[in-house]
Amino acid sequence: MQENASNGGLTVNIMYFVRTLRAAGLPIGPGRLLEALRAVATVGLASREDFYWALHAVLVNRHDQRELFDQAFHIFWRNPKFLERMMSLILPSFGADEPQENPEELSRRIAEAIAADELDESPNSREDKFEYDAAMTWGTNEVLQKKDFENMSADEVSAARAAIKRMRMPISTVPTRRYRPRDVGSQVDMRATLRAALRNGGDIIPLKCRVKDKRHPPIVVLCDISGSMDRYARMMLHFLHTMTNDRDRVHTFLFGTRLTNVTRYLRYKDIDVSLNKISDIVKDWSGGTRIGTCLHDFNRFWSRRVLGQGALVLLITDGLDRDSGEGLAKEMDRLHRSSRRLIWLNPLLRYDLFEPKSRGIKAMMPYVDEFKPIHNLESLIELAEIVGGNGLHSNSSMTNWRERAA
Amino acid sequence: MTSPTPNSVDETFELLRNGNYVADRSLATALYLSLSLSRPLFVEGEAGVGKTELAKVLAQTLNRKLLRLQCYEGLDVASAVYEWNYTRQMVEIRLSEAAGDRDRGTLEEDIFSEKFLIKRPLLQALEPSHDGPPVLLIDELDRTDEPFEAYLLEILSDFQITIPEVGTVSATEPPIVIITSNRTREIHDALKRRCYYHWIDYPDAARELEILTVKAPEVSSTLSQQIVGFVQALRETDLFKLPGIAETIDWAHALVQLNCLALDPETINNTLGALLKYQDDIAKIQGSEASRILTEVKAELAAHRA
Repeated sequence: MQENASNGGLTVNIMYFVRTLRAAGLPIGPGRLLEALRAVATVGLASREDFYWALHAVLVNRHDQRELFDQAFHIFWRNPKFLERMMSLILPSFGADEPQENPEELSRRIAEAIAADELDESPNSREDKFEYDAAMTWGTNEVLQKKDFENMSADEVSAARAAIKRMRMPISTVPTRRYRPRDVGSQVDMRATLRAALRNGGDIIPLKCRVKDKRHPPIVVLCDISGSMDRYARMMLHFLHTMTNDRDRVHTFLFGTRLTNVTRYLRYKDIDVSLNKISDIVKDWSGGTRIGTCLHDFNRFWSRRVLGQGALVLLITDGLDRDSGEGLAKEMDRLHRSSRRLIWLNPLLRYDLFEPKSRGIKAMMPYVDEFKPIHNLESLIELAEIVGGNGLHSNSSMTNWRERAA
Repeated sequence: MTSPTPNSVDETFELLRNGNYVADRSLATALYLSLSLSRPLFVEGEAGVGKTELAKVLAQTLNRKLLRLQCYEGLDVASAVYEWNYTRQMVEIRLSEAAGDRDRGTLEEDIFSEKFLIKRPLLQALEPSHDGPPVLLIDELDRTDEPFEAYLLEILSDFQITIPEVGTVSATEPPIVIITSNRTREIHDALKRRCYYHWIDYPDAARELEILTVKAPEVSSTLSQQIVGFVQALRETDLFKLPGIAETIDWAHALVQLNCLALDPETINNTLGALLKYQDDIAKIQGSEASRILTEVKAELAAHRA
């Protein structure tokens, strides 16, 4: 306590700094604030660099929070009158070509977090933010449309919801390397056996057994949200929301011209909250598709993080690629090799006369383990069965598809 | 003899340097915090940037025992914490039966006593040692599953383990804990919250050169400059797996074995397997791309020297 009194200014400032970070979305509780104070007290204030890394060690615990922390630190600690700096971050920098939009977006989060404290300035900064958004829209040639989910027809919504509600996903499981106790099994559980033996005095040793535990594999969904897929993607989101809330280890990515990880947003219990958040974050609704590029990004940045434990991959796309399948085969090959099973769901299969002749489809076909329709509620129900089944029976139809695509 | 833990960030930096580990200031700070406040250090980074090495160097320079727990899927309490010696327990039961000298209560106490306990790394880490608390390395935590991660929570926050038959074992002095992860999945926040976090990045050219000088002193300075320049340039390219520091060192050793004094396109093509581990990546770099990068690196080095 005494310590706190002697450097009260610093304590309060660190507290404000932590609050700024929290407002910017870093999950930091009061316990971590105390830790931060202890860390700073231990390292001392002799060097700015040490001070930085001490706070960093306590307040950051994911790689992607580093950028945010870095910006917040420099804005907050260099200049207590951070407002001017903040403004310069918000205003679009004309002329300068900045290829990365991520740091910019992050700065906005920091700026907003800081601005929230400055009540008199907030309307102003909000206007600026608006302009910034508009600038980004012109900057790229994709259709950066904000999708309004209100436009779903009432029938459509209720039908989809009713069907999805009725769906009970049978949970397919794979054996893990972990054991669970069982009365009858192939292996003796020595620990349980000994315990049971002593319970009746050691005269009789009743054998206790154990069997391999089973668990469902992680599921990774890659869903196409380009113009041609629009109607299905919206329905799929309901389905994915149910699935995400039904089990753990479901990762969802949306892609059109770029890849977005929406796993976190689908975790909200309320589907409307999820959809709102997703429409905020995803900027390439109903544009073109660049399957090859998006899969490349997925393979490069995400595959090692989400496919590590033998994941089942659902790829939902019509295979109509704007880049006409360029580089697609290579990426599909890699995706196929790093997943347990790759299931392609294609709404084009609704046409009886569908032939896998487009270049994108031809490039993808050799690498999928299963090729299924996904165009109505019936096929959604069927999908639940595919995810639930072991998939060993459908190889003949797959051979057929491959031959037709060749 | 046990060495005391460092008293400042500078001393920590020196300590690592003495163990031939070239750290940057940020890592030294995080490590110093973890040492002086007795909290685990959670280290993440790409493969081959020296996460495991950190723990090894720490154990060696501080003269502590290194306990290493390699994580894998299905890692359970029996192989990570403790196991009972069943064979001996069985024999003991039979013996007491034959002698008929003990009742149930004392037999149970006997059977589940420390004599029959096989200690695994996590339990060993809590034992008092005359060398001072050991360094506990929990390696590649992301390879195990969530249940084990949850089990670690008690150990990492209170440094104690509960064995139902014996009671709670707690450490008199908490061990130095280093946890590494390759990020093949996200570790739960509850566990990270109990640790200091550090992300080890690929080093910049100057530091990588320093590392190479320390780790492979037999490499001539011209060659090591070229190696570092080439690897740094590779990290700018669009590869599936970028080469880590470990690969740089491997490659340097390989080149020395081949009596190579300076890089040339043919040697690079022949030894690229030491650097890149995916066929696609090798195919991309091999040949013209390699010689283009090499020319650039050489030009840059020449310009630097002039």
